Amino acid sequence: MAILRNNLRLYGAARYFGLAYVVLAACLGFGQTKNSCLDCHSVLPDALGVSQETFSQDIHAQKGLTCTSCHGGDATSDDPDKAMSRKAGWKGKIDRKQIPQLCGTCHSDPAYIRQFNPSLRTDQLGQYRTSVHGKRLAAGDTKVAVCTDCHSVHDLRAPSDPRSTVNPVNVASTCSRCHSDAGYMKGYSIPTDQFAKYSTSVHYQALAVRGDLSAPTCTTCHGNHGAAPPGVDRVQNVCSNCHTFQAQMYEKSSHKAAFQRASLPGCVVCHSNHGIIHPTDAKLGTGPDAVCMQCHTPGDACDQARAGLLSSLKRLDEAVKSADQVLGVAESSGMEVSEARLGQDQARDSLTKARVTIHSFRTDLVDQDIQAGLKIAAKDLQAGKEAMVERNYRRVGLGISLIAIGIALAGLWLYIRKIES
Amino acid sequence: MSPLRNLRSWLDERLSWDELVAPLRKKTVPLHRLSYWYFLGGITLFLFVIQVVTGILLLLYYRSGANEAFESVQYIMTQVKFGWLIRSIHSWSANLMIFTAFAHMFSVLFLKAYRKPRELTWVSGVILLFLVMGFGFSGYLLPWNTLAFFATKVGTEITGQVPILGKPMMIFLRGGEEVTGATLTRFFGFHVAVLPGLATVLILLHLLLVQRLGMSIPPKLEVEWTANPSARREMKFFPNFLLRELMAWYVGLGVLGALAAVFPWNLGVKADPFVAAPAGIKPEWYFLFMFQTLKLIPPKVWLIDGEVLGVLAFGLVGLLWLLLPFFESDQPSRTKRWITGFAVFALAYVAGMSVYGHLAK
Repeated sequence: MAILRNNLRLYGAARYFGLAYVVLAACLGFGQTKNSCLDCHSVLPDALGVSQETFSQDIHAQKGLTCTSCHGGDATSDDPDKAMSRKAGWKGKIDRKQIPQLCGTCHSDPAYIRQFNPSLRTDQLGQYRTSVHGKRLAAGDTKVAVCTDCHSVHDLRAPSDPRSTVNPVNVASTCSRCHSDAGYMKGYSIPTDQFAKYSTSVHYQALAVRGDLSAPTCTTCHGNHGAAPPGVDRVQNVCSNCHTFQAQMYEKSSHKAAFQRASLPGCVVCHSNHGIIHPTDAKLGTGPDAVCMQCHTPGDACDQARAGLLSSLKRLDEAVKSADQVLGVAESSGMEVSEARLGQDQARDSLTKARVTIHSFRTDLVDQDIQAGLKIAAKDLQAGKEAMVERNYRRVGLGISLIAIGIALAGLWLYIRKIES
Repeated sequence: MSPLRNLRSWLDERLSWDELVAPLRKKTVPLHRLSYWYFLGGITLFLFVIQVVTGILLLLYYRSGANEAFESVQYIMTQVKFGWLIRSIHSWSANLMIFTAFAHMFSVLFLKAYRKPRELTWVSGVILLFLVMGFGFSGYLLPWNTLAFFATKVGTEITGQVPILGKPMMIFLRGGEEVTGATLTRFFGFHVAVLPGLATVLILLHLLLVQRLGMSIPPKLEVEWTANPSARREMKFFPNFLLRELMAWYVGLGVLGALAAVFPWNLGVKADPFVAAPAGIKPEWYFLFMFQTLKLIPPKVWLIDGEVLGVLAFGLVGLLWLLLPFFESDQPSRTKRWITGFAVFALAYVAGMSVYGHLAK
């Protein structure tokens, strides 16, 4: 209490203006529930300050909770001694170690939470205790994240709010506040380049650039309240939540057992983890982006299969591009080729399907998709060529017609001259 | 006696053929340095005939209805033998017809051919121009593609701005509150039944008036030729002028064929009422000057809604345009110069705003 009194004295001027503000706020807020905490804290500096505007944005404030709901005390009293008395249940600043438990008081109570949002989960505290953060906190490490580190405090917003620190678009940068800080993370023996790598990934592009909120961010793979690394042998379970077909193929493939035997982390072996970029067919090649040859020996049966798969994919890709090119020329000549264009989408689907089937590492299965795509692309190419033949036929027809019209015009002109001469 | 003479004699006995074609034999066309403007009406008529013929051929395959229209036009363009040619000629000749109708109207205006006693010829011609624009507006929707759908939505919305009558008119045109398959059915009806019926009657009236009143002579020349009848120069309508007109029609046919073969009319993408309107959607070029004007009018002019004011202003100008001959002097030597000035301004405005509308984003 004495410390707070000193602080208040130090900021006497602020207090003076604060008093004026309190009077004004009291006038404007006539009829509203009194909150003496904000009367003072709204004019205090950063460490102790919470503005009325900030707090009014807080989801808890919007649901009718006040400062005393977490901090205790008596917000109806203007006397700081009474308002912040232990007798009135005042807790002061909440100790970091106590924060999860304090939040859990309400958030682990389904009956209480149901009043505000029946679909909101109430297992956050239980999950948190299983997380690396929770375990370390329990062991006395207060540097680890607690609820307020990620969700913010006093201006806490619903995750669906784009301004929320835990909105899917903002999650990665929220995590990076600690995990990208090499100084802060010193002593934890984990890398700090996750966010830098994630920022280059196809997932980040989808989420932050294209605004696809279903794209993964840190919590999608690591969990949120129960955040922990997925574990080497569980990686494919994480990826398969979205990449279902690839996972099904991989499950049946020879690679699954081989990777398990070698304690290799499934999908991550070829695709990496945080910095996953859009895969290209070059992964099946022998160049700098190639992945197969990291394990396989040149010339072995697997290498030959790899070369066969790559060649098949290239063949379909080129067939699709050739048909596209011919159809493009026909279209720019005004020919109606929309049906063939639609067919091209199917051919591209076959190519995508073949690329997915690669995860089975079976040439016969991939070949089925390739053949289906090649058949469609060949049909579309033929349609494009026929359209070009038709275009030429039309132009020849036009030429003949114009000659006929020219002859008719000349004949008419001669006839007019004859009758007028 | 040759078979042709036999037929003629047969027709003459039953229809008094010679009597019927006698006025054509007597008809003459004034010859002066601006005589070539006389061809425009005939070219417009030729394009109208092309529209009727190609339209009937398209009707053999076209199916109206939101679920079938686009597919039927696609079928015409890809599967029907020469379907692409018929549809492309129909679309191109529609645009050329509107262009030549505008050109014909302005030529009549500048040559002052609307003067007494040709007021009704002018009135029927202007109404025909409005009908031709109606043909364009209704026909544009029939392929049921995205551009047509949204252009119709915007166009009918503008109609809805007319005070009092606007909303009922819009609902009548759309067949409901929104542009749907019901709108397509209505527009199809207007395009192939209502408008052709009205246009045919008006064209016949227009031609009858032209035939009865003869070709107009520019006022200056009229004064000159009245003072000196020996200076008057004429050409027989049949066959001399008609043969030249035929040459113009042949040229028109060649231009149409070339446009259809080199630039077949685009089909676009099937309309989807649930997707957002494409950015920068614009109406067909002949409505652009009105569209751009409405875009430039501020939302509020004094206390009146800008768009309502624009629509009312266009209505008023249209009415004045229709009644223009009644403001003109009876004497060729005393023609009103302000009407010529007004015509020059109108032409510059329509052309300028159309170009501006085309270039504007």
